[in-house]
Amino acid sequence: MPATPTLAPVTQSSQELRRALTAVDPGRRRKDRAMRGVIYGAFALAMIPLVSLVWSVLTNGLGRFDLYFLTHSMRNVFGGMDAGGVYHALLGTILITLVTTLISVPIGILTAIYLVEYGQGPLARAVTFFVDVMTGIPSIVAGLFAFALFYLLVGPTRSGLVGSVALAVLMIPVVIRSTEEMLRLVPHELREASYALGVPKWLTIVKVVLRTAVAGITTGVMIAIARVIGETAPLIITVGVTDSINRNVFEGNMMTLPVYVYRQYAAGLVPCAPGDACIETINYDRAWSAALVLILVVMLLNLVARGVSRWFAPKTRA
Amino acid sequence: MASPTTVTTPPAAAPARVAGPRRARTKPTDRGLDRAFRYLAVGSGVLILAVLAAVAIFLVLEGLPALRDEHLADKVQWIPEGGTLWSLIGPLVFGTVLAALVSLVIAVPIAVGIALFISHYAPRRLASALGYLVDLLAAIPSVVFGLWGVLVLAPKLQPVWQFLADYLGWIPLFAGDAHGNASNPPRVLMTTAVVLAVMILPIITAVSREVFLQVPRLHEEAALALGATRWELVRMAVLPFGRSGVISAAMLGLGRALGETMAVLMILSPGLLYSFQLLVASQQQTIAANIAAKFNDADDIGRSTLIATGLALFVITMLVNMAARWIVARRKDFSGAN
Repeated sequence: MPATPTLAPVTQSSQELRRALTAVDPGRRRKDRAMRGVIYGAFALAMIPLVSLVWSVLTNGLGRFDLYFLTHSMRNVFGGMDAGGVYHALLGTILITLVTTLISVPIGILTAIYLVEYGQGPLARAVTFFVDVMTGIPSIVAGLFAFALFYLLVGPTRSGLVGSVALAVLMIPVVIRSTEEMLRLVPHELREASYALGVPKWLTIVKVVLRTAVAGITTGVMIAIARVIGETAPLIITVGVTDSINRNVFEGNMMTLPVYVYRQYAAGLVPCAPGDACIETINYDRAWSAALVLILVVMLLNLVARGVSRWFAPKTRA
Repeated sequence: MASPTTVTTPPAAAPARVAGPRRARTKPTDRGLDRAFRYLAVGSGVLILAVLAAVAIFLVLEGLPALRDEHLADKVQWIPEGGTLWSLIGPLVFGTVLAALVSLVIAVPIAVGIALFISHYAPRRLASALGYLVDLLAAIPSVVFGLWGVLVLAPKLQPVWQFLADYLGWIPLFAGDAHGNASNPPRVLMTTAVVLAVMILPIITAVSREVFLQVPRLHEEAALALGATRWELVRMAVLPFGRSGVISAAMLGLGRALGETMAVLMILSPGLLYSFQLLVASQQQTIAANIAAKFNDADDIGRSTLIATGLALFVITMLVNMAARWIVARRKDFSGAN
């Protein structure tokens, strides 16, 4: 407990009283200092993996990160050849993410509109609850679901579309959450002004509410894309792997960046005969470079998302 | 909505007639495009529920052949000799839960520390920027964490694990192999758990931070007025207020750790034992990593078996997440802060 100043030395100088009142007894101060150290330490500890990870991706990945790497596929690349790139994986990632976005965004935004503009009663409560639950679906289970769905409908198949459905299951709840938040920020006065002018509800939502929230929604969608673009496990199951370029989302295996990283890692070290033009660690090198590409893509999406919300934010405050 | 207005209408004769149409007006009176748009919105809400139901239904449908088959062990080679589906699911569930719990034990204290740092210790101006740094961890794809974990982190951790096995080996968790050594390369559950802990740090931190920032200003000022130091303020005002928030944050982190695939797949050397040895390779395996490792080479019945294990994972994570959400929702009712 605090060092209570004794009442006796009332006659003593006010300076002494002041000291007694402001001083904390040493035990408590030591504990305070120690806990401060622990808490600063926790933050520093968390920074170690971040710094170490970024550093190792940069130092290991920059070596092969060039135009050649970005514009060539792995077709006819084998052994320890000093060749091969991520073009096919980059293309696959972009196409699959595009289809995922086309599926998720309309459903996500409409559901958010339902929750904010129409939702009352048990259905809305159930949707809110299960959207929360849906954010927790393990990605591999989403992959199994997409596979099982297509398996029962059209037989065993692997294609970009199956992967997109799997990713959509993961992306939809994220889109709903962020859109919902943005729609709730739109001031009620705007809606009421629109109604007062006799504008029907749906037109109010499309032309007033969505128009006002568009920057925030775009940001949310891009962050959702950044989140699913790094998903690996569902794509291993649903899209498979290939070394060649496949531009058709509806047929055949595709390569994607995260799966490419995994495959290159899994390929491991190459046994090299001495004297050959052969790089022992070529697979690891490619994995690191692809990881660098992947991180750059994710960071770019995050940055653009933040930019969008900063530059195009509506001036809602009067 | 309708009844109070009818009550307040003064004439005695009116209410009986007005009540009918008034009540009817609480139903939407839109038509044409307006109605179509509403149906569209409600439809997507229903679709969400349908998708979630479909996930469960399709997993059950596809898992049924394995659940029904009595001679599964003869057809699926990775099920132990003479066993049933349960002798596969059992160890997998054990490994999954063990890995998630160990990572949680590592992550929660650190995450609470970071959350406190950002909410109550860091200089105001820096706080949000530092918080953003932690959020950056969440943006890094799991496969990159796996790559980093196995190629960079694991070699650095091996001496630490060896130290633990040497000096704390009498604790069953840290027991070494037959020679008392930690495995090298350390593709063991402990390494996996460390990487998982890093991956779930951001979510636990984010949720805890939100809760800590909601602590009523008056509680804090009261503590300070009583002469509390910063730590006493945290212990007496912040932590009691944030306890349920931290618990639900931990459960959200648990849900994520349970379902994480790539880091486990790339780091852990798999085994199917009920083993608590965290520092020895080839002891445990998780459901998610097992599916990712075996799915592409499996035949029909093998796939069905894996989907059955996926169903188990789905059920476990759903339960954990629902419990977490329930705690959050219950907290909202009680806290006077919001």
